[in-house]
Amino acid sequence: MRFHTFLLKYGEIGIKGKNRYLFEDALVRQVRYALKDVDGEFIIYKKQARIYVDCEGEYDYEDTIEHLKKVFGLVGICPVVRLADRGFEELKKDVVSYMDEMYEDKDFTFKVESRRSKKTYPKNSMEISRDLGEAILEAFPQIRVDVHHPDVMVNIEVRDEVYVYSQIIKGAGGMPVGTNGKAMLLLSGGIDSPVAGYMISKRGVGIEATYFHAPPYTSERAKQKVVELAKKVAEYSGPIRLHVVNFTDIQLYIYDQCPHDELTIIMRRYMMRIAECFAKKDGCLGLITGESIGQVASQTMQSLAATNDVCSLPVYRPLIGFDKQEIVDVSEKIDTYEISIQPFEDCCTIFVAKHPVTKPNIDVIRRSEEKLNEKIDGLVKEAIETAEIIEIK
Amino acid sequence: MKEIYLDNSATTRAYGCVGDLVRKVMCEDYGNPSSMHKKGMEGERYIKEAKEILAKLWRVKEKEIFFTSGGTESDNLALIGAARANRRAGNHLITSAIEHPAIINTMRYLEEEGFRVTFLPVDRFGRIRLEALKKALCPDTILVSVMYVNNEVGSVQPIQEASGIVKAYNKNIVFHVDAVQGFGKYYIYPKRLKVDMCSVSGHKIHGPKGVGALYIDSSVKIKPIVFGGEQQKNVRSGTENVPGIAGLGLAAKTIYENLDEKVAGMRALKEHFIEGVSQIENTKIHGMYDETSAPHIISVGFAGIRSEVLLHALEEKGIYVSSGSACSSNHPQVSGVLKGIGASQEYLDATLRFSMSEFTTREEIDHTLEVLKELVPALRRYKRH
Repeated sequence: MRFHTFLLKYGEIGIKGKNRYLFEDALVRQVRYALKDVDGEFIIYKKQARIYVDCEGEYDYEDTIEHLKKVFGLVGICPVVRLADRGFEELKKDVVSYMDEMYEDKDFTFKVESRRSKKTYPKNSMEISRDLGEAILEAFPQIRVDVHHPDVMVNIEVRDEVYVYSQIIKGAGGMPVGTNGKAMLLLSGGIDSPVAGYMISKRGVGIEATYFHAPPYTSERAKQKVVELAKKVAEYSGPIRLHVVNFTDIQLYIYDQCPHDELTIIMRRYMMRIAECFAKKDGCLGLITGESIGQVASQTMQSLAATNDVCSLPVYRPLIGFDKQEIVDVSEKIDTYEISIQPFEDCCTIFVAKHPVTKPNIDVIRRSEEKLNEKIDGLVKEAIETAEIIEIK
Repeated sequence: MKEIYLDNSATTRAYGCVGDLVRKVMCEDYGNPSSMHKKGMEGERYIKEAKEILAKLWRVKEKEIFFTSGGTESDNLALIGAARANRRAGNHLITSAIEHPAIINTMRYLEEEGFRVTFLPVDRFGRIRLEALKKALCPDTILVSVMYVNNEVGSVQPIQEASGIVKAYNKNIVFHVDAVQGFGKYYIYPKRLKVDMCSVSGHKIHGPKGVGALYIDSSVKIKPIVFGGEQQKNVRSGTENVPGIAGLGLAAKTIYENLDEKVAGMRALKEHFIEGVSQIENTKIHGMYDETSAPHIISVGFAGIRSEVLLHALEEKGIYVSSGSACSSNHPQVSGVLKGIGASQEYLDATLRFSMSEFTTREEIDHTLEVLKELVPALRRYKRH
């Protein structure tokens, strides 16, 4: 079946009152971004509280659907057949052959629902529904009508052309990215943080990211892996500005000065500080991490409080109540899992103590950090100034 | 920062003359050797020349030389081709436990095809145990494959003794040598060594990547593993990689010019390097490191430092080396070869391979030693608990 148009349905935007146009515009922008690399020419526009994608020439149907399914804010994607208005008799024939082609197995119930925006059309919408329903019933004796709970809803929209669609492909849901500001994601090479970015992005939040590397303890390939992960998240979130921070000197300084069982916590506090600095500079409204309570020593309630302690921006942790397997499931869905499990070391694990503190006391940690006073500000400043910025488009 | 390339067992920089020749063949003499016209003849001539060079170096007949896409394909063709062709004579194959993955994984594939494979153990210097070879031989044995030089620790296998044992047992058993790391460092005479098949690769001898050769003694029965236009007497179909083959030929010719001098130079540097590196505490040279080892490969364990970390630290100083074998760095895992030679646990994940070429200089080795003496203690200070 050749579809000429996609009708995109959105959910929560509908209730946003006077801000609605902002949401719709963001959605149009995100749809355009999603389709930029898909084979085909697409005309994207909004009309009568819907968004349409017209595909005039040849295009890659599967790939188009694949990409539209990544646009947050869409709840349904309807592939539409457009028919030239050649009179009602021809329309009946066309709709019958549409049904024939779409549904090989005819054992189902249906209902025809019509809308008529071209008011000069000789029949009104009630008549259109009734007469087309009758034509379908005549053509396929197996099909039955059910006006309350039909298996298939055949939608007819009469405009200059007649739009026919009956299939709704589930969209990604959520809110269009860009309608809820942006936030700074602490991105590691692991499984969790890309999922966290994806989830926050789903609520309409744009994403920036900070990655900490520690050459020579972590390799160029580990960094490349993070870039790959950011690209995957960007398929949903739109462009990401990735800050790559050289963290080696800070890490070694902490190692030299502080108790080793507190290394991870102190290191994470500095990661938060640095990420927050970038966040504020770029107008981000919060930080995002992939933490989940109790997953590792640095993610106990006490540890989370200790890392939270250094931030003035809110820290969003969308995976906080997720089990590992639930996180893995999402990462597989968004196609980051295979990348995440590549075995390159990230900087959180290189000096990890055998028995790190699991219930850090914030006052104790603060006191330990005082031992860093001599050099730490300079090191942090240098790390921030020398950070490499990679724009993921 | 000056670049010091000590990863020549992974690949080498091509000779300038090889680059020039490859370019000329690609852009000017680009005919297909199978074409009937003059342009095709030109292409054929390059292949002929490369064959002449190899035939002369190995003292074999030109018709016994076949070109492939590299060492891996040469190994695949040798093992799969000979195993299938000789199946009626038996189904037992023998190789060593420390072969390159191109051999190990091909043997594993042949196991799936129903062959039985014996993997010979090695001694602590990385040499196959000849006693074990003797014991493994049986009336069903049709093929034995042993590498010339091990790519990770540089041990040199007793090829002549091994082939002697095999041929004394049954002269019909096909003896294959993977000489990818030995070619260009040793004079290899298959007939004298009683070797029936021998694999080499272009890019380990300052030639192009994507080209290799396989010597097949005319008495060996072999079946093709790729099918097509029946080029190269239907042993290896596919339009010949003429630029690559020409480059391989020229590289082989060039590397064997003054070989003794070059090898002596590398060996002197190797001794110098080992002397220097031994002054660093808690290091261990794996395998043999006297005259009986390869002149260009040095495998060193640095206790307490993960090899990947030291590798990247050296990289920051412009020094390029491998951890274990570069071919397998896609899946960082503990080296089977180091395990095979019984290296102790603390070195399994803490070993680097330094591999030289004729271009390596004493200054480079000295500088590398200096950098190591500075880095190793510094890196040892920071470790996980």
